Amino acid sequence: MTDTDVRTVTVEREIPHPPEKLWRALTQPHLIEEWLMKNDFGLDLGHRFQLRGDWGNVDCEILDVDPGRTLSYTWNYAHDDPAYQLESVVTFTLEPTGAGTLLRMEQAGFRPDQKQAFGGAKGGWRIHLENLEKVVAKLD
Amino acid sequence: MTQYSPDLLFRALADPTRRTLFERLCLDGEQTVGALTAGAGISQPAVSKHLGVLKQAGLVLDRHEGRQTHYSAQQRALAPLVDWTGRMNRFWEARFDDLEDLLKRMDQ
Repeated sequence: MTDTDVRTVTVEREIPHPPEKLWRALTQPHLIEEWLMKNDFGLDLGHRFQLRGDWGNVDCEILDVDPGRTLSYTWNYAHDDPAYQLESVVTFTLEPTGAGTLLRMEQAGFRPDQKQAFGGAKGGWRIHLENLEKVVAKLD
Repeated sequence: MTQYSPDLLFRALADPTRRTLFERLCLDGEQTVGALTAGAGISQPAVSKHLGVLKQAGLVLDRHEGRQTHYSAQQRALAPLVDWTGRMNRFWEARFDDLEDLLKRMDQ
């Protein structure tokens, strides 16, 4: 998967706490449970874990760790209904600012049904989405 | 509003000719098959066939006036595409709220 053939959600927030502290909240299982979900998280590359929600489990695998700066893992969700299935990668980036940390979460992925439908037309699909998003933005 | 299958929607938009037709209707408003054919570089029956697929997916609406059929874009049909981003955005915003609460408690 490259960054040119996926859909992306980005959420950014400046948080008045230092990166070291945020890093702990992002990487210690008992802290992750408090803001995200129950889990068997581990910080080793390739470590597989699950995030367990009331609505189901998210399958994860650690892809990238740069302590205090970047954390990336897969975020795959299996569901009987293809409309809810999701294969994606979540990346957290921490950047120190004067007042604390700029926390950025980027989730990039395809739903499997989208992948099936667009396997052959990825480039066009990307351009197409950009155009559509411009159109949709004008509707609001 | 009728619920169209996301499958039909994705399939309809997977074809570049159909995307172009749909985008032209989005940008230029309602048009006849004839007007759409003029800029498409394919035959009128081929354009009609593509418009039929778009219609099945809920992406266009046809309106008959005399011998002419006018087509218009139904941008609301794009909702399943927009929804995923919207849903995940709301999810992460709420998680970030909880994260900030946690960070405050970690000071104590």
